[in-house]
Amino acid sequence: MNAQPTPPSFDRLQRFALTPARRRRDRLARGGILAGTILALIPLLLIVYYLLNKGLSSWSWSFFTTDPTGNTFFKNSSIGGIQSAILGTIEIVALASVIAIPIGIGVAVWLVEYGRASWFAGIVRFFVDVLTGVPSIIFGLFIYIALIIGTGSSYAGYKGALALALLMLPVVIRSAEVVLLLVPGALRESALALGAPRWRVISSIVLPTALPGMVTGVLLAIARAAGETAPLLFTAGSTFKTSTNLGGFMNSLPVQIYNDVTSPTTAVVNRAWGAALTLVVMILVLNLIARVASRRSRLA
Amino acid sequence: MTVPPNTDLSAPPTAEMEPDEIAQSSHARAPAPSRPEASAATRPASLTKPGLGVRLQGLRAFYGDAEQVKGIDLDFHANEVTAIIGPSGCGKSTMVRCINRMHEEIPGARTEGKVLLDELDVYDPSVDVVAVRRAIGMVFQKPNPFPTMSVFDNVAAGLRLASHGRGSRSKAAQQPKVEAALRSAGLWEEVAERLHEPGSGLSGGQQQRLCIARSLAVDPEVILMDEPCSALDPIATLKIEELIDQLKSRVTIVIVTHNMQQAARVADRTAFMLGGQLVEVGPTDEIFTTPTDPRTEEYVTGKFG
Repeated sequence: MNAQPTPPSFDRLQRFALTPARRRRDRLARGGILAGTILALIPLLLIVYYLLNKGLSSWSWSFFTTDPTGNTFFKNSSIGGIQSAILGTIEIVALASVIAIPIGIGVAVWLVEYGRASWFAGIVRFFVDVLTGVPSIIFGLFIYIALIIGTGSSYAGYKGALALALLMLPVVIRSAEVVLLLVPGALRESALALGAPRWRVISSIVLPTALPGMVTGVLLAIARAAGETAPLLFTAGSTFKTSTNLGGFMNSLPVQIYNDVTSPTTAVVNRAWGAALTLVVMILVLNLIARVASRRSRLA
Repeated sequence: MTVPPNTDLSAPPTAEMEPDEIAQSSHARAPAPSRPEASAATRPASLTKPGLGVRLQGLRAFYGDAEQVKGIDLDFHANEVTAIIGPSGCGKSTMVRCINRMHEEIPGARTEGKVLLDELDVYDPSVDVVAVRRAIGMVFQKPNPFPTMSVFDNVAAGLRLASHGRGSRSKAAQQPKVEAALRSAGLWEEVAERLHEPGSGLSGGQQQRLCIARSLAVDPEVILMDEPCSALDPIATLKIEELIDQLKSRVTIVIVTHNMQQAARVADRTAFMLGGQLVEVGPTDEIFTTPTDPRTEEYVTGKFG
């Protein structure tokens, strides 16, 4: 017992040896992953670089506070800013959110808390999946045929908002469903076992617990909707004037960008860059606000 | 059906319970006398009434077509601790979840037979399931305080989540009940200074006592515990066991446990289950020393399970 243990021989340790071949494979794999990451970052950084480089120069106070004038062919005349596009985007996306978020979360709550594995829930899930994959221009086309051709009326802000709401709906439903499924069943059970009716369990336990995750999903949907051009082109139209009338033509940032980049006038193309940077910053700010808000509410 | 007046589950729990009504519940021990001198506002209502007995009659529970509990007749005496022991998968938890109708929350699950709370069949179609669960509380295997809520709000959750009883919505009105529940759970001294911090910040043992306080706050007559200590260390387990001993003066306790020493320590009576059936039930010392069924003897002596 007291004898010194004999040191293990080299042969017995051989199987623990880190061979040069293993080392090489490890380096190769690490290098490959790093290269992929950098490759994916390049276009991302380039976008941010071009946006800042070309967009910042057209930013000024009047850029945000004036409407486009339409005077794009005469030198020395002001082409105007993007006020109508900013306000139009905010109005249209806000209306679309007001429509899509409650309905989407309602559908998700039904799917998770009530529908579960029923055949109808399966059908709903299938159609939500199909809707997620529908190209955005189809939603615009649908509203165009149903509410513009169908009613013989003209473009309107609310019609654009409806198209965006349809686009947001499947994103909101799917992301909210995933987050609601993450809420531990044990929490529902212990609330039910306290004698809480199901609607109270959902409103007081499940939804607050899922809130931070749902905020993320909703933001994704809003960001996607705010950047869409196609559904707005022939539903909300485009106009120069700032409008608060959702029943009339309404300008929006993506449509403004679309119209401006095809212009032969350099100043107008620059306005498109400025508008693009504005759109990105708006979505970024919204993101930050919502994150701070959901973090606060969790501890309240 | 006839609902006995003392088991009117739709009414908020009251302290009035006539002595003869207590005598009706066949197994009630002499309950602690009520304290009429305490005012209604400050009195922890749960101290003033005894638990109710529970009787299972031909209870069968299914998941889809699979029968997990195969016809059980079993009495849980009022104000006693009854332990359920048995190997994994023998239907202990399923049976206990049938008592407060939590079993039916699982898709495809159903129940047959009767569960009598005192004299009321909790599965009678005219009975409100929410009222059943307020009368029969439950503590789960893993401590699960509501993560979005503070310690205070966790305990007050049952009061707030109730469909009725809107009178006690304000924090000031809930304060005495929350404090009483936390004191009963032996947690008040530890959390009095951090009532408004998140409940999930407590230690595992504290969280489980918080969950017990949460179920005590709604003033139940019966508390079901489904392996309440299996996620806890021995010291936290000891505290919960001491707590169970104190609580049985006011509630009937049913505890599922894998730990036979725990059953021997806390339970007045012990039931041994096997394959969805009740093998034997009796006073705990008899089950562990002189069981009548050879399978019980094999299990409690560690020959299988």
